[in-house]
Amino acid sequence: MAPVPLDNEFVERLKVKFGNAIREATLDRKQAIVNVEAMRLREISRYCRDEEKFDMLVDLTAVDWPNREKRFDVIVILYSFQKNERVRLKTHLGDGELVPSLCEVWPAANWLERECFDMFGIVFEGHPNLKRILLPEEWEGHPLRKDYDILKQDTAWVRENLGIESGQ
Amino acid sequence: MTDTRTSGLSNVETTVLGADEIILNMGPQHPSTHGVLRVKLKLDGERVVDSECIIGYLHRGVEKIAEHRSYQQFAPYVDRMDYVAAVSNGLGYCEAVEKLLGAEAPPRARVVRTILTELQRIASHLLWLGTHALDIGALTPVFYCFREREEILKIFEKYCGARLTTHAFRIGGLQYETYDGFESDVKRFCEDFTHRIDEYETLLTENRIWVGRTKGVGILSAADAIALGVTGPVLRASGVKWDLRKAMPYAAYADYQFDIPTRPTGDTYDRYIVRMEEMRQSQRICLQAIENIPAGAIMAKVGKVLKPPPGEVYHSIEAPKGELGYYIVSDGTTQAYRVRVRPPSFINLQAFDRMARGSLVADVVAIIGTIDIVLGEVDR
Amino acid sequence: MGHLIPPSILPYVLPVVYGVVIVAVLPLMAGYIVLLERKVMADMQARLGPMRVGPHGLLQPIADAVKLLLKEDIIPEKADKLMFWVAPLVSVTMALLAYSAMPFGPAFQIADLNVGLLFILAVSSLGIYGIVLGGWASNSHYSLLGALRSAAQLVSYETAAGLGLVSALLLAGSLSLKDIVQAQYDQGEWFVFSVPIGFFIYLVGSIAETNRAPFDLPEAESELVAGYMTEYSGFRWSLYFLAEYANMIIVAGIATTLFLGGWLRPFPRFADHLPGTSVEIMDAIPGLVFLGVAAYCFWLAPKQPVKIQRIVMATVGGLCLALAGAMAAALFAPEGVRQGVYGGFWFLVKVMAYLYAFLWIRFTFPRYRFDQLMRLGWRFLIPLALVNLIAVATARVASEEWGWYPRITMILATIFTLAVALWLASRDQKHEPATETAGGD
Repeated sequence: MAPVPLDNEFVERLKVKFGNAIREATLDRKQAIVNVEAMRLREISRYCRDEEKFDMLVDLTAVDWPNREKRFDVIVILYSFQKNERVRLKTHLGDGELVPSLCEVWPAANWLERECFDMFGIVFEGHPNLKRILLPEEWEGHPLRKDYDILKQDTAWVRENLGIESGQ
Repeated sequence: MTDTRTSGLSNVETTVLGADEIILNMGPQHPSTHGVLRVKLKLDGERVVDSECIIGYLHRGVEKIAEHRSYQQFAPYVDRMDYVAAVSNGLGYCEAVEKLLGAEAPPRARVVRTILTELQRIASHLLWLGTHALDIGALTPVFYCFREREEILKIFEKYCGARLTTHAFRIGGLQYETYDGFESDVKRFCEDFTHRIDEYETLLTENRIWVGRTKGVGILSAADAIALGVTGPVLRASGVKWDLRKAMPYAAYADYQFDIPTRPTGDTYDRYIVRMEEMRQSQRICLQAIENIPAGAIMAKVGKVLKPPPGEVYHSIEAPKGELGYYIVSDGTTQAYRVRVRPPSFINLQAFDRMARGSLVADVVAIIGTIDIVLGEVDR
Repeated sequence: MGHLIPPSILPYVLPVVYGVVIVAVLPLMAGYIVLLERKVMADMQARLGPMRVGPHGLLQPIADAVKLLLKEDIIPEKADKLMFWVAPLVSVTMALLAYSAMPFGPAFQIADLNVGLLFILAVSSLGIYGIVLGGWASNSHYSLLGALRSAAQLVSYETAAGLGLVSALLLAGSLSLKDIVQAQYDQGEWFVFSVPIGFFIYLVGSIAETNRAPFDLPEAESELVAGYMTEYSGFRWSLYFLAEYANMIIVAGIATTLFLGGWLRPFPRFADHLPGTSVEIMDAIPGLVFLGVAAYCFWLAPKQPVKIQRIVMATVGGLCLALAGAMAAALFAPEGVRQGVYGGFWFLVKVMAYLYAFLWIRFTFPRYRFDQLMRLGWRFLIPLALVNLIAVATARVASEEWGWYPRITMILATIFTLAVALWLASRDQKHEPATETAGGD
């Protein structure tokens, strides 16, 4: 059940093309995960789309590991219609660090990156319209971070806009 | 010079910018946005030049809640996202956790899950058809569709006690055995359903007015659809023959014969035809499955306390609205570390701007309807 | 009786009585037509409709009327108060005024104008002012747009409907409504069988004229642009509503008079009598119809689940029996009374049938988009109406001047117009501009 290292032709080609930017490749529960360097995410994605035919962006999300130095994992799941395969690209990101936006590669990334920004505070460099999407624009705080308590709210915003004292 | 005027309606507010362009605000309360969706349209006369969807009115923090509940405790929350097709949500979640655990539901459970999920697909498409027709002005199909949907909801109620937010499946299989008469109920429904669908087709498919309102409206090309990550009937209507039930079969789909309807153009009419055909195919799957439900256990041995080994998994299913995916990260404890839901309605709604540009204002309502969104899933 | 009333006002007594009857009965009738619409709608949608207020919802219109009268009268702040007040009045007045020339039976007519049809059409057209004024007076950008759209739609389709009517007029030879019905009696058949295309054009035109589906975009709730009625509530709104249903009845009345034989029974010249009596066989039909309905009610009555429903059903059966009796009694009444009773019966039946067609069409078809609606009116219906007119005129000339057999000429005219209609319809499909394909960037 534990993740095993992955070393197939796809990973080989990536390593040949991008060298050290490809940090690690594992297979967890039979699903391929490739850990890449944050700053080169856009290039690697474009290569995956054009050369490796991963033409659909399935999902783009993040996970917060606050005890790690680079606390965020940005996850990009891709799918190839031709090969009927998925691959997961993962990068580690510190708080405040930038990661390139994938909007130019797949327009689907637009709202997905906005949601990441909204929930985690991750800033995507080059995004055309990086503002909150699910929460109100003036909300303070990024709820999916582990240090944001489950009962916490932006009480100032609630008081001002809803006219009530937040019950939590 | 901007000049804000309000008409008497609270949901129509206009700002006049310069010469010809007007910003028209639809919603969040509006009879046709199917939920709390706010759409800002920039109009040049009658044509939509730009649009912006403002969502988040139904955001409930489901993903955050998942981090504070055990895996079994979270299962009912999942139904409330796409509340129109709750059984599908449950299927995706249970299968994702089973993958995380390395468990597999027994064959009987898989077949019953397939039957219930396909019935739910029919129910979801029926609701879509009724409301979409109502938006375009056909006042009658909605009642016929709900009459059929009622039959399906009765089956669900007899099975698990709930009609809408069913929590039908458990991690590892099913909790309830099928009730006496389950097979005959489903069979009778499926057999009746054929000529019901023919009824809806008679009312709409060849109708000049219906065709005039839907053909050529909201066209989405295949390349655009793939680039925007659109999945489900919207993708298939744009010409891409892809269905997760065939590409990466789950539950018992590999055992059954069914077709994947596709259409070439990607306009509203094509999406209508694709969904009608999907209903027929779902009925076909149900009839095949109901013939032969294997006997045996309904629950795998997964234990009462679930502590999946640390790691992560992504599992997705073909929900009625598109690819519904669950990305679950486990840290070895009883509560998930991160649950991410890949919501098909959210990603499909991004395509709205592409579809609505260049169309008339009167068509915006039809385009919103044709994407088939549920705000519970868009906002979570 | 004639001695008691001074001769100078005698000619005015009966029309005034008729007028009062119409104005008194019409709102009630409009209300019950709304209830009928809701019940028919429910039947087509596999449900029951209003059932709570009164047995089977029969008191629903009363409840609605009371509610509307009690509602708060809201006028938007910056609205033009005088126009806001006047607009619904204009609509209602014009709608009611049209009833003055409408013959409901051989003797039931307020004014037998020799230009009756023209008068009714003219007055109905004036009703459009009510709509435009209403949209203007609301001081709302979108109400005004909705009102202008409504007006444009009405004007376009009235043209087409009028041309359809003229094709029947060619056969009648007079604008007086009484004479038109008389002409149908003389020719022995209703004009719908002579000029069916004209009837069809008038049917479509009248649906659009009264803002009914599938042409009800200005009124639809799910569309973005508000209609002219948006700012009106309570009693003012009920005036507009009354105007709409009154218009529907007028339009049905015109169709009945022009095409469906007015107060004539089917086969008006078939005067065979029941053996041994002076009773015409066809005249027995109304009585038999009511007898049949009564029998059906009595048959249904014991099957009702609740006692009050059984009683009501039996009462309705009894009423129908009484009406059947009245119809039968009329058989032996003097000529004028008999004609009046039967004429009224047939007229009502035909108007109801026409209105049923309206309802049926409303609940079956989706709504046209405004540009498609206008395109249909101007590129299909009006050319078709013109072609129909020319064809019918040619047929008349052929039969009267050149001596061809009238039935043949009319059938030829109909076939020709039908071919043109099909050609126009197919041409329309090809020319309809698709919306610009998306993804322009």
